[in-house]
Amino acid sequence: MSNIFLTETRQYLTFKLSDEMFGVDVAQVREILDYVKITKVPQTPDFMCGVINLRGSVVPVVDMNLKFGMAQSERTVNTCIVVVEVNLDDTSIVIGALVDSVQEVFEIEPQNIEPAPKIGTRLRTDFIKGMGKRDDSFIIILDIDKVFNSQELELVQDSSNYAPETFSNVN
Amino acid sequence: MIDAHRNAFIEETTELLSELESSLLELEETPEDSELIARVFRALHTIKGSSGMFGYDDITMFTHDIENVYDHIRNGEIKITKQIIDLTLAARDQISSMLKYSDDKNAIDENVTKDIISSFRLMINDFNSKNKKEPEREKEKEENKSATPSESFKVFHINFKPAKNILFTGTNPVLLVKEVASLGRSVVLAEANEIPSLDKIEPENCYVQWDIILKTTGNQDSIKDVFIFIEDQCELEIKEIETFGSVNDESSFADFEEFLVGSSLQGMSNIGELIQKYFYQTKETLSESTGKTAFKKLKDGAEGHSEPDTASSIRVSAEKLDELVNLVGELVTIQARLSQIALTTPENAIVSVSEEVERITWSLRDSALNIRMLPIGTTFSKFKRLVRDLSRDLKKEVELNTEGAETELDKTVIEKLNDPLIHIIRNSLDHGIEIPEEREKAGKPRTGTVMLSASQSGGNVLIKISDDGAGMDKDVIKEKAVRLGLIAENAELSENEIFSLVFAPGFSTAQKITNVSGRGVGMDVVKRAIENLRGSVEVSSAKGKGTTITLRLPLTLAIIDGLLVQIQGEHYVLPLSAVEECIELSKENIQNSHGREIVNVRGNIVPYINLRSRFKIGGERPEIEQIVIAEINGTKVGFVVDKVFGQHQTVLKTLGRLYRNVDGISGATILGDGTVALILDINKLLEKEEFSAKSIMKN
Repeated sequence: MSNIFLTETRQYLTFKLSDEMFGVDVAQVREILDYVKITKVPQTPDFMCGVINLRGSVVPVVDMNLKFGMAQSERTVNTCIVVVEVNLDDTSIVIGALVDSVQEVFEIEPQNIEPAPKIGTRLRTDFIKGMGKRDDSFIIILDIDKVFNSQELELVQDSSNYAPETFSNVN
Repeated sequence: MIDAHRNAFIEETTELLSELESSLLELEETPEDSELIARVFRALHTIKGSSGMFGYDDITMFTHDIENVYDHIRNGEIKITKQIIDLTLAARDQISSMLKYSDDKNAIDENVTKDIISSFRLMINDFNSKNKKEPEREKEKEENKSATPSESFKVFHINFKPAKNILFTGTNPVLLVKEVASLGRSVVLAEANEIPSLDKIEPENCYVQWDIILKTTGNQDSIKDVFIFIEDQCELEIKEIETFGSVNDESSFADFEEFLVGSSLQGMSNIGELIQKYFYQTKETLSESTGKTAFKKLKDGAEGHSEPDTASSIRVSAEKLDELVNLVGELVTIQARLSQIALTTPENAIVSVSEEVERITWSLRDSALNIRMLPIGTTFSKFKRLVRDLSRDLKKEVELNTEGAETELDKTVIEKLNDPLIHIIRNSLDHGIEIPEEREKAGKPRTGTVMLSASQSGGNVLIKISDDGAGMDKDVIKEKAVRLGLIAENAELSENEIFSLVFAPGFSTAQKITNVSGRGVGMDVVKRAIENLRGSVEVSSAKGKGTTITLRLPLTLAIIDGLLVQIQGEHYVLPLSAVEECIELSKENIQNSHGREIVNVRGNIVPYINLRSRFKIGGERPEIEQIVIAEINGTKVGFVVDKVFGQHQTVLKTLGRLYRNVDGISGATILGDGTVALILDINKLLEKEEFSAKSIMKN
């Protein structure tokens, strides 16, 4: 085990994106919301769903299916927004992750977690903390900080640049 | 606990330092003003005292020497000079950095500290040696004045009655008494008559008062200084027993001492009576005439000082206020929701409650926002220092005049205004104001003037920075802009457009780069900062006469009046302050203008921006669209939307880091039904549109 974070037994929240099962450390999960109307912010990539009102604060929502390059799925009664706290360049920000359904919270012992395979998943391997084994199935444990890291977010900022910034102040 | 006190100390000292700074600058103009000198002295003394209490020994030591000099100044023995002011200002900065880097001694330049201290010591030494040279004359003067020997003693009767709750503030009255006693020879008598019986006693209260008979070479002020921190927490009477004034006889004081101690041991504890009795016995009368007036003054001073401090204002941390405003914002949102529900319900009771809640919410909103309003004058005083230091560095003579310092602005706006104003003032000094010789040649007074004024106009605050310097040359700006490729060579620009070119990044017409400005960074930063505050900047200038820069700022950043509109089912908010009118745009109108995005409004041609296509939203355009016409920097622009709902009290929220660079959107707000609406940044939208129009023209 190279990852020092996975040496102790931890609890993970599992959720589904199409047929795939994912897990995130519950310590980073703030709450789970039912699907609410999301306000799209114009000129942003498709995976940035927009923003929602979380008891008065404006929270961005990311469609995890689109973020991981999968097809957008239908909204069902099971569609949820998992509100996570992400550490971004040393500041903590709150992001909503739109997932197809939330499963359960359970403990995985370190010995049941294997390092991320180099190939075979459709995800970038640095997003994956490890593969948790449960009965016969695997759970992809995500490194949520990396999924929403600043380079990933720069994508958002680049796509919004409509004209070169440097001359924006010329009248 | 300790940390909280320490933070309070740091906060208080920072405030004192800025007060010290402004007092010093005023003092420079009116060096004779004894009230100002006293203010400087008080500030220094308080800093010295409280820094000692909190273990900032370096500050205490440092301040001590400065205070000594000001003690002499206060007594009229040393005259205020520019050198002293310079030194004290430098010392102020040093104290400020000592405070800031108290944990990291290496960050403080010890040499600067030593230099300053030695300069102050030198001053004292100079003064002392001068005094020694002419002791004869001094003595003569003294004798002529009051016929008392130079080494004169005075005897004071001090009655010190601390407030009952003094111990709660962490003050130990006994230490103060000891401090007074150490000023000279003294008799201290504690009066314990007011201590209640054991069953009624509150162990945390202080019931004791003290009478001190002090024989000292000092004056009344030096006694007063001991009690300076608790002025408003005690009753203090200082009377000079004048009959002793001329008595320079050890034995008579010892006699008096003995009498006092003896009598109080016999249970007679009313000092006033005792003193009278003593003098009655010795066939002398106690004159209190001057003492009484001094005491009265002292008391008046204490009352005038304590009332505004305790009764009419309290100190609240800025975070608490921000939190309050946030909560009020929430309440406004919830209230909008309640009103919406009330509209659809037949229950009369709910409707009336909802109306009441609405009314109270509005007043609550207004007063909460009002709490955060600060007079802008607090920043103005900082700029006096800036102008003073800069003009010396640049070898120019510049005076800063301010006007409208009482104009109130939201605290956060004031804070964010600081840097842009520094930029602008620096520019004025460096490029605007000429060197004195040049000014004389041009027939202007040697001293240049920079005027900083603030005034309120409607929902905005106008801040004007004008100088009477060289002004800007339109042709030079144009030439430079052409060279930088900002405009076409043959471009026809209005005066206003030419001056706004200086806000382009990298634009500077300065011939040489100084360490103050001229690098071409600055004005674009200024513009951006002001726009982030949802304000605007305007420049006007006349060659040879000077330049005026006007900043227009909103009163508050927390809640604005907005116009709620809809495009393809999504809600957007435009700042209502810029909106002029709304008109309809039918398919027919669009056909008539042959593809150009302009509309005829009562004979005037107004260009418009179709937000649907601008934001690439897609969807069908409705039969009849609405154009919201807004005025931005003097030009009218229309924004095409699907529907206009009307006015909306908009509680501003940031979109957070993920969306911070989204173009044309400045934030978000929460609507009555709980969904989020985006706030349009119409200035940015127009700018981008103009830019793309220009690039099309160039190509």
